[in-house]
Amino acid sequence: MPAAVAASGFEPPTIQDFFPPAVLFAGTPFELNRTMLIRLVALLALCAWLYLGTRRMKLVPGRRQVATEFALGFVRNNIAIETLGEEDGRRFMPVIMTMFFLVFAMNITGVVPFLQLAGTAVIGLPLILALIAWALFIYAGFKKLGWTYLKNALFLPGVPWPLYFLLTPLEILSTFIVRPITLTMRLLMNMVSGHLLLALVYAASSFFLFTLLPQGNLFGLIGVGTVVFGVLYLAFEIFVALLQAYVFAFLTAIYIQLAVAEEH
Amino acid sequence: MHIVGYLAALGFGFAAIGSGIGVGIIVGKTIESVARQPELQGRLTSLMFLGIALTEALCFIAIAIGFIPFPSP
Repeated sequence: MPAAVAASGFEPPTIQDFFPPAVLFAGTPFELNRTMLIRLVALLALCAWLYLGTRRMKLVPGRRQVATEFALGFVRNNIAIETLGEEDGRRFMPVIMTMFFLVFAMNITGVVPFLQLAGTAVIGLPLILALIAWALFIYAGFKKLGWTYLKNALFLPGVPWPLYFLLTPLEILSTFIVRPITLTMRLLMNMVSGHLLLALVYAASSFFLFTLLPQGNLFGLIGVGTVVFGVLYLAFEIFVALLQAYVFAFLTAIYIQLAVAEEH
Repeated sequence: MHIVGYLAALGFGFAAIGSGIGVGIIVGKTIESVARQPELQGRLTSLMFLGIALTEALCFIAIAIGFIPFPSP
Protein backbone atom coordinates (compact mmCIF):
# COMPACT_ATOMS: atom_id res chain seq x y z
CA MET A 1 0.00 0.00 0.00
CA PRO A 2 1.51 3.38 -0.96
CA ALA A 3 2.27 5.60 2.02
CA ALA A 4 0.12 8.47 0.71
CA VAL A 5 -2.96 6.22 0.75
CA ALA A 6 -2.29 5.00 4.27
CA ALA A 7 -1.79 8.53 5.56
CA SER A 8 -5.07 9.79 4.05
CA GLY A 9 -7.22 7.43 6.15
CA PHE A 10 -8.46 5.28 3.26
CA GLU A 11 -8.37 1.59 4.16
CA PRO A 12 -8.67 -0.70 1.13
CA PRO A 13 -9.56 -4.35 1.77
CA THR A 14 -6.69 -6.81 1.90
CA ILE A 15 -6.38 -10.55 1.55
CA GLN A 16 -6.16 -10.72 5.34
CA ASP A 17 -9.96 -10.21 5.44
CA PHE A 18 -10.32 -13.88 4.61
CA PHE A 19 -8.03 -15.10 7.39
CA PRO A 20 -9.22 -13.36 10.55
CA PRO A 21 -7.67 -14.28 13.92
CA ALA A 22 -9.10 -17.27 15.77
CA VAL A 23 -12.10 -16.69 17.99
CA LEU A 24 -12.71 -20.03 19.73
CA PHE A 25 -10.52 -22.99 20.64
CA ALA A 26 -7.34 -21.20 19.49
CA GLY A 27 -4.33 -23.48 19.17
CA THR A 28 -6.32 -26.72 18.84
CA PRO A 29 -7.14 -28.50 15.55
CA PHE A 30 -10.75 -27.32 16.02
CA GLU A 31 -9.78 -23.65 15.88
CA LEU A 32 -12.73 -21.51 14.80
CA ASN A 33 -12.22 -18.13 13.20
CA ARG A 34 -14.82 -15.77 11.81
CA THR A 35 -14.98 -17.53 8.43
CA MET A 36 -15.70 -20.87 10.08
CA LEU A 37 -18.38 -19.33 12.30
CA ILE A 38 -20.02 -17.80 9.21
CA ARG A 39 -20.04 -21.24 7.59
CA LEU A 40 -21.68 -22.73 10.68
CA VAL A 41 -24.33 -19.99 10.71
CA ALA A 42 -25.06 -20.58 7.01
CA LEU A 43 -25.31 -24.32 7.59
CA LEU A 44 -27.70 -23.91 10.53
CA ALA A 45 -29.85 -21.46 8.54
CA LEU A 46 -30.01 -23.89 5.61
CA CYS A 47 -30.97 -26.82 7.86
CA ALA A 48 -33.59 -24.72 9.65
CA TRP A 49 -35.10 -23.56 6.36
CA LEU A 50 -35.30 -27.07 4.93
CA TYR A 51 -36.70 -28.46 8.20
CA LEU A 52 -39.36 -25.77 8.52
CA GLY A 53 -40.20 -25.94 4.82
CA THR A 54 -40.74 -29.69 4.70
CA ARG A 55 -42.34 -30.18 8.12
CA ARG A 56 -45.99 -31.21 8.05
CA MET A 57 -46.30 -31.51 4.27
CA LYS A 58 -49.81 -30.91 3.03
CA LEU A 59 -51.55 -31.81 -0.19
CA VAL A 60 -52.61 -28.19 -0.55
CA PRO A 61 -49.29 -26.51 0.32
CA GLY A 62 -48.88 -23.40 2.40
CA ARG A 63 -46.68 -20.52 1.33
CA ARG A 64 -43.52 -21.86 2.96
CA GLN A 65 -44.00 -25.30 1.49
CA VAL A 66 -44.54 -23.84 -1.99
CA ALA A 67 -41.27 -21.90 -1.82
CA THR A 68 -39.32 -24.95 -0.65
CA GLU A 69 -40.93 -27.23 -3.20
CA PHE A 70 -40.21 -24.74 -5.97
CA ALA A 71 -36.50 -24.65 -5.13
CA LEU A 72 -36.18 -28.41 -4.70
CA GLY A 73 -38.20 -29.06 -7.84
CA PHE A 74 -36.06 -26.65 -9.85
CA VAL A 75 -32.88 -28.51 -8.95
CA ARG A 76 -34.46 -31.90 -9.55
CA ASN A 77 -36.12 -31.14 -12.88
CA ASN A 78 -34.00 -28.42 -14.46
CA ILE A 79 -30.57 -29.63 -13.36
CA ALA A 80 -30.57 -33.33 -12.47
CA ILE A 81 -33.21 -34.88 -14.70
CA GLU A 82 -32.77 -32.56 -17.66
CA THR A 83 -29.04 -33.34 -17.84
CA LEU A 84 -28.86 -36.97 -16.74
CA GLY A 85 -32.19 -38.33 -17.85
CA GLU A 86 -34.95 -39.78 -15.67
CA GLU A 87 -33.15 -42.79 -14.17
CA ASP A 88 -29.62 -41.44 -13.56
CA GLY A 89 -31.09 -38.07 -12.66
CA ARG A 90 -33.01 -39.54 -9.73
CA ARG A 91 -30.00 -41.60 -8.68
CA PHE A 92 -27.57 -38.68 -8.48
CA MET A 93 -30.14 -36.12 -7.39
CA PRO A 94 -29.22 -36.15 -3.65
CA VAL A 95 -25.60 -35.16 -4.32
CA ILE A 96 -26.50 -32.49 -6.88
CA MET A 97 -29.22 -31.13 -4.58
CA THR A 98 -26.76 -30.97 -1.67
CA MET A 99 -24.18 -29.18 -3.78
CA PHE A 100 -26.64 -26.59 -5.05
CA PHE A 101 -28.06 -25.68 -1.66
CA LEU A 102 -24.77 -25.85 0.22
CA VAL A 103 -22.98 -23.65 -2.29
CA PHE A 104 -25.88 -21.21 -2.38
CA ALA A 105 -26.13 -20.95 1.42
CA MET A 106 -22.38 -20.40 1.69
CA ASN A 107 -22.34 -17.84 -1.15
CA ILE A 108 -25.23 -15.73 0.06
CA THR A 109 -23.51 -14.95 3.37
CA GLY A 110 -21.28 -12.63 1.33
CA VAL A 111 -24.13 -10.10 1.07
CA VAL A 112 -25.88 -10.70 4.40
CA PRO A 113 -25.31 -7.70 6.71
CA PHE A 114 -22.92 -8.33 9.62
CA LEU A 115 -21.63 -11.56 8.06
CA GLN A 116 -20.30 -9.96 4.86
CA LEU A 117 -17.98 -12.81 3.92
CA ALA A 118 -18.89 -15.76 1.73
CA GLY A 119 -18.24 -19.15 3.31
CA THR A 120 -16.87 -20.28 -0.04
CA ALA A 121 -14.33 -17.45 -0.19
CA VAL A 122 -11.67 -19.61 1.49
CA ILE A 123 -10.38 -22.54 -0.52
CA GLY A 124 -11.35 -25.43 1.81
CA LEU A 125 -15.02 -25.74 0.98
CA PRO A 126 -14.85 -25.28 -2.83
CA LEU A 127 -11.92 -27.71 -2.96
CA ILE A 128 -13.77 -30.41 -1.00
CA LEU A 129 -16.90 -29.99 -3.11
CA ALA A 130 -14.89 -30.12 -6.34
CA LEU A 131 -13.08 -33.26 -5.18
CA ILE A 132 -16.42 -34.87 -4.35
CA ALA A 133 -17.67 -34.02 -7.84
CA TRP A 134 -14.43 -35.35 -9.34
CA ALA A 135 -14.63 -38.65 -7.42
CA LEU A 136 -18.33 -38.91 -8.23
CA PHE A 137 -18.01 -38.69 -12.01
CA ILE A 138 -15.12 -41.14 -12.06
CA TYR A 139 -17.14 -43.52 -9.86
CA ALA A 140 -20.21 -43.12 -12.06
CA GLY A 141 -18.19 -43.89 -15.19
CA PHE A 142 -16.55 -47.00 -13.73
CA LYS A 143 -19.81 -48.23 -12.24
CA LYS A 144 -21.64 -47.94 -15.54
CA LEU A 145 -18.97 -48.98 -18.04
CA GLY A 146 -16.10 -50.62 -16.12
CA TRP A 147 -12.73 -50.23 -17.77
CA THR A 148 -14.44 -49.20 -21.00
CA TYR A 149 -14.92 -45.85 -19.27
CA LEU A 150 -11.19 -45.15 -19.30
CA LYS A 151 -10.99 -46.24 -22.92
CA ASN A 152 -13.89 -43.93 -23.82
CA ALA A 153 -12.45 -41.04 -21.87
CA LEU A 154 -8.86 -41.32 -23.08
CA PHE A 155 -9.09 -42.64 -26.63
CA LEU A 156 -11.46 -40.62 -28.76
CA PRO A 157 -13.08 -42.76 -31.45
CA GLY A 158 -12.51 -42.05 -35.14
CA VAL A 159 -8.96 -40.71 -34.81
CA PRO A 160 -5.95 -42.26 -36.59
CA TRP A 161 -3.87 -44.06 -33.96
CA PRO A 162 -0.63 -42.03 -34.14
CA LEU A 163 -2.60 -39.01 -32.95
CA TYR A 164 -3.27 -40.76 -29.63
CA PHE A 165 0.28 -39.90 -28.54
CA LEU A 166 -0.81 -36.27 -28.69
CA LEU A 167 -4.48 -36.52 -27.73
CA THR A 168 -4.39 -38.93 -24.79
CA PRO A 169 -2.16 -36.76 -22.56
CA LEU A 170 -4.38 -33.80 -23.41
CA GLU A 171 -7.49 -35.78 -22.49
CA ILE A 172 -5.93 -36.88 -19.19
CA LEU A 173 -5.08 -33.27 -18.46
CA SER A 174 -8.46 -31.84 -19.39
CA THR A 175 -10.65 -34.55 -17.84
CA PHE A 176 -8.90 -35.55 -14.66
CA ILE A 177 -6.80 -32.52 -13.70
CA VAL A 178 -8.27 -29.35 -15.13
CA ARG A 179 -11.91 -30.12 -14.24
CA PRO A 180 -11.57 -30.14 -10.44
CA ILE A 181 -9.19 -27.16 -10.56
CA THR A 182 -11.56 -25.03 -12.62
CA LEU A 183 -14.54 -26.05 -10.47
CA THR A 184 -12.65 -24.89 -7.38
CA MET A 185 -11.21 -21.73 -8.88
CA ARG A 186 -14.43 -20.54 -10.50
CA LEU A 187 -16.37 -20.64 -7.24
CA LEU A 188 -13.54 -19.46 -4.99
CA MET A 189 -12.40 -16.54 -7.11
CA ASN A 190 -15.93 -15.36 -7.85
CA MET A 191 -16.49 -15.04 -4.13
CA VAL A 192 -13.05 -13.59 -3.36
CA SER A 193 -13.26 -10.90 -6.04
CA GLY A 194 -16.88 -10.20 -5.11
CA HIS A 195 -15.94 -9.61 -1.50
CA LEU A 196 -12.91 -7.49 -2.39
CA LEU A 197 -14.93 -5.28 -4.74
CA LEU A 198 -17.80 -4.85 -2.28
CA ALA A 199 -15.40 -4.04 0.57
CA LEU A 200 -13.56 -1.60 -1.71
CA VAL A 201 -16.80 0.20 -2.58
CA TYR A 202 -17.84 0.38 1.09
CA ALA A 203 -14.42 1.66 2.13
CA ALA A 204 -14.37 4.20 -0.69
CA SER A 205 -17.88 5.46 0.16
CA SER A 206 -17.00 5.88 3.80
CA PHE A 207 -13.74 7.62 2.90
CA PHE A 208 -15.32 10.05 0.42
CA LEU A 209 -18.43 10.88 2.46
CA PHE A 210 -17.10 10.87 6.01
CA THR A 211 -13.44 11.85 5.62
CA LEU A 212 -13.11 14.07 2.53
CA LEU A 213 -16.49 15.82 2.51
CA PRO A 214 -16.34 17.13 6.14
CA GLN A 215 -12.94 18.66 5.25
CA GLY A 216 -14.72 20.72 2.61
CA ASN A 217 -13.10 18.78 -0.23
CA LEU A 218 -15.62 18.63 -3.09
CA PHE A 219 -14.03 15.44 -4.41
CA GLY A 220 -16.00 13.83 -1.57
CA LEU A 221 -19.08 14.07 -3.79
CA ILE A 222 -17.68 11.11 -5.74
CA GLY A 223 -19.00 9.19 -2.71
CA VAL A 224 -22.55 9.52 -4.05
CA GLY A 225 -21.48 7.64 -7.15
CA THR A 226 -19.77 4.90 -5.17
CA VAL A 227 -22.87 4.42 -3.00
CA VAL A 228 -25.05 3.98 -6.10
CA PHE A 229 -22.52 1.58 -7.59
CA GLY A 230 -22.35 -0.31 -4.29
CA VAL A 231 -26.10 -0.91 -4.21
CA LEU A 232 -26.05 -2.12 -7.82
CA TYR A 233 -23.09 -4.35 -7.11
CA LEU A 234 -24.83 -5.81 -4.05
CA ALA A 235 -27.74 -6.87 -6.27
CA PHE A 236 -25.25 -8.31 -8.75
CA GLU A 237 -23.58 -10.30 -5.96
CA ILE A 238 -26.92 -11.90 -5.01
CA PHE A 239 -27.32 -12.91 -8.66
CA VAL A 240 -23.76 -14.27 -8.73
CA ALA A 241 -24.37 -16.32 -5.58
CA LEU A 242 -27.36 -17.98 -7.21
CA LEU A 243 -25.62 -18.37 -10.56
CA GLN A 244 -22.51 -19.97 -9.10
CA ALA A 245 -24.60 -22.49 -7.15
CA TYR A 246 -26.47 -23.29 -10.36
CA VAL A 247 -23.28 -23.57 -12.38
CA PHE A 248 -21.57 -25.79 -9.81
CA ALA A 249 -24.48 -28.24 -9.61
CA PHE A 250 -25.03 -28.11 -13.37
CA LEU A 251 -21.37 -28.79 -14.19
CA THR A 252 -21.28 -31.71 -11.74
CA ALA A 253 -24.33 -33.14 -13.51
CA ILE A 254 -22.73 -32.56 -16.94
CA TYR A 255 -19.49 -34.28 -15.90
CA ILE A 256 -21.44 -37.30 -14.63
CA GLN A 257 -23.42 -37.32 -17.87
CA LEU A 258 -20.23 -37.23 -19.95
CA ALA A 259 -18.83 -40.12 -17.88
CA VAL A 260 -21.86 -42.39 -18.19
CA ALA A 261 -22.47 -41.67 -21.89
CA GLU A 262 -21.89 -44.79 -23.95
CA GLU A 263 -19.70 -42.97 -26.45
CA HIS A 264 -19.12 -39.42 -27.49
CA MET B 1 8.58 8.13 -14.96
CA HIS B 2 8.04 5.91 -11.94
CA ILE B 3 5.00 3.62 -11.76
CA VAL B 4 4.03 1.71 -8.62
CA GLY B 5 1.56 -1.17 -8.62
CA TYR B 6 0.99 -4.86 -8.86
CA LEU B 7 2.20 -6.64 -11.99
CA ALA B 8 -0.46 -9.27 -11.26
CA ALA B 9 -3.16 -6.70 -12.01
CA LEU B 10 -1.68 -6.30 -15.49
CA GLY B 11 -1.79 -10.06 -15.97
CA PHE B 12 -5.40 -10.14 -14.91
CA GLY B 13 -6.14 -7.41 -17.42
CA PHE B 14 -4.67 -9.45 -20.26
CA ALA B 15 -6.62 -12.54 -19.17
CA ALA B 16 -9.81 -10.47 -19.00
CA ILE B 17 -9.42 -9.50 -22.69
CA GLY B 18 -9.72 -13.12 -23.76
CA SER B 19 -12.59 -14.16 -21.55
CA GLY B 20 -14.36 -10.87 -22.22
CA ILE B 21 -14.34 -11.54 -25.94
CA GLY B 22 -15.41 -15.14 -25.29
CA VAL B 23 -18.35 -14.21 -23.08
CA GLY B 24 -19.37 -11.56 -25.61
CA ILE B 25 -19.45 -14.08 -28.42
CA ILE B 26 -21.43 -16.58 -26.33
CA VAL B 27 -24.08 -14.08 -25.26
CA GLY B 28 -24.30 -12.57 -28.74
CA LYS B 29 -24.81 -15.95 -30.35
CA THR B 30 -27.43 -16.86 -27.75
CA ILE B 31 -29.38 -13.69 -28.46
CA GLU B 32 -29.15 -14.43 -32.17
CA SER B 33 -30.45 -17.96 -31.65
CA VAL B 34 -33.31 -16.80 -29.42
CA ALA B 35 -34.27 -14.28 -32.08
CA ARG B 36 -34.47 -17.11 -34.59
CA GLN B 37 -36.21 -19.63 -32.37
CA PRO B 38 -37.84 -17.96 -29.36
CA GLU B 39 -39.40 -21.25 -28.17
CA LEU B 40 -35.93 -22.61 -27.29
CA GLN B 41 -35.12 -19.74 -24.93
CA GLY B 42 -35.07 -21.74 -21.67
CA ARG B 43 -32.71 -24.38 -22.95
CA LEU B 44 -30.47 -21.84 -24.66
CA THR B 45 -30.22 -19.70 -21.54
CA SER B 46 -28.96 -22.60 -19.42
CA LEU B 47 -26.47 -23.51 -22.15
CA MET B 48 -25.37 -19.88 -22.26
CA PHE B 49 -24.66 -19.85 -18.53
CA LEU B 50 -22.71 -23.09 -18.89
CA GLY B 51 -20.61 -21.59 -21.67
CA ILE B 52 -20.04 -18.40 -19.70
CA ALA B 53 -18.96 -20.39 -16.64
CA LEU B 54 -16.45 -22.41 -18.65
CA THR B 55 -15.03 -19.34 -20.39
CA GLU B 56 -14.89 -17.20 -17.28
CA ALA B 57 -12.88 -19.79 -15.34
CA LEU B 58 -9.68 -18.71 -17.14
CA CYS B 59 -10.19 -15.17 -15.91
CA PHE B 60 -10.65 -16.37 -12.34
CA ILE B 61 -7.51 -18.46 -12.53
CA ALA B 62 -5.72 -15.26 -13.53
CA ILE B 63 -7.04 -13.57 -10.37
CA ALA B 64 -5.80 -16.53 -8.31
CA ILE B 65 -2.30 -16.31 -9.79
CA GLY B 66 -1.98 -12.81 -8.36
CA PHE B 67 -2.31 -14.14 -4.83
CA ILE B 68 0.47 -16.71 -5.15
CA PRO B 69 3.47 -15.30 -3.29
CA PHE B 70 6.55 -15.39 -5.49
CA PRO B 71 9.99 -15.23 -3.86
CA SER B 72 11.47 -11.83 -4.58
CA PRO B 73 15.02 -11.92 -5.98
